[in-house]
Amino acid sequence: MSEQAAATTEERIEKLQGLGCARKRVEDARFTQGKGNYVDDIKLPGMVFGDFVRSPYGHARIEGIDKDAALAVPGVLAVLTAEDLKPLNLHYMPTLAGDVQAVLADEKVLFQGQEVAFVIAEDRYAAADGVELVEVEYEALPALTDANRSMDEDAPVLREDIADKTEGAHGARRHPNHIFTWEAGDRAAAEQALASAEVVAEELVVYQRVHPCPLETCGCVASMDKVNGKLTIWGTFQAPHAVRTVASLITNIPEHNIRIVSPDIGGGFGNKVGVYPGYICAAVASIVLGRPVKWIEDRMENLSATAFARDYHMSGKIAATRDGRITGLRCHVLADHGAFDACADPSKFPAGFFNICTGSYDIPSAHVEVDGVYTNKAPGGVAYRCSFRVTEASYFIERMVDVLARKLDMDPAELRRRNLIAKDRFPYTSALGWEYDSGDYHAALDKALAAVDYPALRAGQKAGREAFERGETRTLTGIGVAFFTEIVGAGPVKNCDILGLGMFDSCEIRIHPTGSAIARLGTISQGQGHATTFAQILASEIGIPADRITVEEGDTDTAPYGLGTYGSRSTPVAGAATAMAGRKIRAKAQMIAAYLLEVHEDDLEWDADRFQVKGNPERVKTMAEIAFAAYNQAIPGIEPGLEAVSYYDPPNMTYPFGAYVCVVDVDVDTGVTDVRRFYALDDCGTRINPMIIEGQVHGGLTEALAIAMGQEIAYDETGNVYGGSLLDFFLPTAVETPTWETDFTTTPSPHHPIGAKGVGESPNVGGVSAFSNAVNDAFAHLGLTHAQMPHDHWRVWETAERLGLHG
Amino acid sequence: MTHMHVNLKVNGREVEVRAEPRTLLIHLLREHLDLTGPHIGCDTGHCGACTVDLDGRSVKSCMVFAAQVQGAEVTTIEGIAGDGGAPHPLQEAFREHHGLQCGYCTPGMIVRAWRLLEENPDPDEEAIRYGISGNLCRCTGYQNIVKAIRAAADEMNAARETEQ
Ligand code: FES
Ligand code: FES
Repeated sequence: MSEQAAATTEERIEKLQGLGCARKRVEDARFTQGKGNYVDDIKLPGMVFGDFVRSPYGHARIEGIDKDAALAVPGVLAVLTAEDLKPLNLHYMPTLAGDVQAVLADEKVLFQGQEVAFVIAEDRYAAADGVELVEVEYEALPALTDANRSMDEDAPVLREDIADKTEGAHGARRHPNHIFTWEAGDRAAAEQALASAEVVAEELVVYQRVHPCPLETCGCVASMDKVNGKLTIWGTFQAPHAVRTVASLITNIPEHNIRIVSPDIGGGFGNKVGVYPGYICAAVASIVLGRPVKWIEDRMENLSATAFARDYHMSGKIAATRDGRITGLRCHVLADHGAFDACADPSKFPAGFFNICTGSYDIPSAHVEVDGVYTNKAPGGVAYRCSFRVTEASYFIERMVDVLARKLDMDPAELRRRNLIAKDRFPYTSALGWEYDSGDYHAALDKALAAVDYPALRAGQKAGREAFERGETRTLTGIGVAFFTEIVGAGPVKNCDILGLGMFDSCEIRIHPTGSAIARLGTISQGQGHATTFAQILASEIGIPADRITVEEGDTDTAPYGLGTYGSRSTPVAGAATAMAGRKIRAKAQMIAAYLLEVHEDDLEWDADRFQVKGNPERVKTMAEIAFAAYNQAIPGIEPGLEAVSYYDPPNMTYPFGAYVCVVDVDVDTGVTDVRRFYALDDCGTRINPMIIEGQVHGGLTEALAIAMGQEIAYDETGNVYGGSLLDFFLPTAVETPTWETDFTTTPSPHHPIGAKGVGESPNVGGVSAFSNAVNDAFAHLGLTHAQMPHDHWRVWETAERLGLHG
Repeated sequence: MTHMHVNLKVNGREVEVRAEPRTLLIHLLREHLDLTGPHIGCDTGHCGACTVDLDGRSVKSCMVFAAQVQGAEVTTIEGIAGDGGAPHPLQEAFREHHGLQCGYCTPGMIVRAWRLLEENPDPDEEAIRYGISGNLCRCTGYQNIVKAIRAAADEMNAARETEQ
């Protein structure tokens, strides 16, 4: 018997490095040596650079643009304005939300930092010199930066291009600055529950405007090959295929003549889902000049012009019995969408999946209504490390439950326990219409509370408060408990599409004759480690070691069509496609093995990396042997080759969940908040690679820390953006970031081929609530019910001041 | 703009570059010398993605002009591997301990950690966290970066001991 055959099934499974193993990442060798290939690393012969002239005003009329001085700069080749794009009908572009957005400002500018002209030059320094010298004459107009005032009768009309349109992409508009009203749930039932409730708690919960701010900004290199008429764009695209289709629709270049490539991406977090004016301008410039054009935004442009997130003003009412059973929920959201509605949501969901806002609780009646409005702010509304508007929803319900707990004078963890959806209720249909696939919420909460010794934490808090009263300390401890349910993996084509493109995803596998393989997917990694994890899924399915499987993504000329990576959809959708394609391979392999072993297919069973004749472990064919035969042996009735493709349309979303506990110590005199402890329990279903999951949780929690404790893109009343540079926009360093404690339970998704649910965004969804609950909890005994985020030093100090703690 | 000739040593190699004096060192490295390891994350001196070693100190190369590096000695991520291109213990440790995700901060982070370990071969967690606080990472939450740097320090100290 050969040595290989002697190995036990377990030994062979271990060699595969498949599902569940903490496989080291294959991406890392190139990244640690500085050999990554990001878009700004691309250098093509004859390549030139584009740079934007941007509006210094929040709202102004453009009286004139003079390009002459800029064109006189040595090295400057051209200056594009809206006038140049009009003949091509490219001065506006469609947004993902059914609106249009100015590529270059047409007569008016609507936010500070808006693109006004595009200067193309031989190098980036000459382009910057040119930008300085483009003379734009403006007439300032009154700016509208308070969404609460957008629909006032005397509010300035922002979008003159659509002022008369009474119908928008999502129904009737009742004001020129109104975009849509969207609702879900049963209004009458929710109102009835509130009217007849023993207790009602009410709060305005504002989730401030923030920005995903990946370390690499957005950019592209566009190259028009005039000889064969093919336009290639390398860029920071989270959804390359969608970009190709949209580019074809708006330029009329046939889709086969457009190639979109996403090279290595330096983080996305939702920032790189949208289509930005820079991409269009670079493509047009390349077509006009016949040379490759690179456009890379700088950090200030990134923060102030592309892809903000959140900006939801959520007014809630929650009804309950005196003993803490939640009976109803209402929420009205005023959604500030900025100057153009460029939200990246599935078409039928203008407020994303905000109607997951009943959270993890069994709430019998609920109603939500969202009004989207225009303001003089940057467009965006992306899902910043979360599924569409799920972070907002989760933050809302987790704050409301805490506010209710105060009113009931009940421990917030206990109130949660009384209302969590019970294990035997799954699949559970929520009052707002989602079908939660699986969960064991009570087990998760109990495990979390036991892990942190919750009663001891509360006892310590109480002792600390008494010491504070006695004047022995100036520190207050806050304990934040948060439970969340995410909704990810968009999504079933029957109700999820973006601009009409169904949100399925795909995987294509080719097995090579000597038993290695290549898999190509419709998604694109931005640091999640797809090349590592998708190979693991496949290794378990087809019995080829993960180290012998190449995973390729991001080139529309080679990868199968898919809708890309965001909303934690890669594992739920493309991961499922990978498993399904693998199963097709295995099915064919079984037919081949049956022929080779001269038995009936049904007499074979799968054993890690081979088929064996049932009851006869000596008679086997390994996957490698089968692959070789598939290409080199004539098998009657079976085509040569071993390949498969799967397009996976998920039957449902997946619903990862988790229980987080955060402990903070607040210095009431400085407002400095120290995170003493953070415990995160995540249940993401089947775990593909624990090392990568843990890394995702660390990163997501750090982003949550940033949002809850300091991030804000604010505007003054004249439309100036604050928070537009890293001087003002908070990104935590290693010093502010605490050590994270991670834990898990495993409740597989019943409808996913391998039971996986997705994890990358959960920590951001659950983390923000946990931090905010903790800071609010520190002051709860003094009568505070809710303080708005971000809980930076100044605001926390202000809260202490308001509560009279400074004497 | 007039150009100047800048002579410097990059990763042990003498080079001469013709550039405008205002050219930023990061552009000089990336665009004139094709060393695209160091990245640009902000160009305002905040993120550290552009970190390189300049005459024995970590610097943010977006904050240095070409005119300032005449005769200088620069080391980038491309220059820290061992003989025959064997990965430096830090490069190994980042992989081993999952100290990176998108990889964009990684070259700056490793070059900074490299200098940190020169300055302090045995840093505790706090010293590591302070030591890399000029380098932002948006993906990892730093925990595994700290772990990787500590592991590399152990590895390098052990190697030093066997040498002696
Ligand atoms: S690019 Fe130099 S510090 Fe950010
Ligand atoms: S690994 Fe992405 S920024 Fe650090």
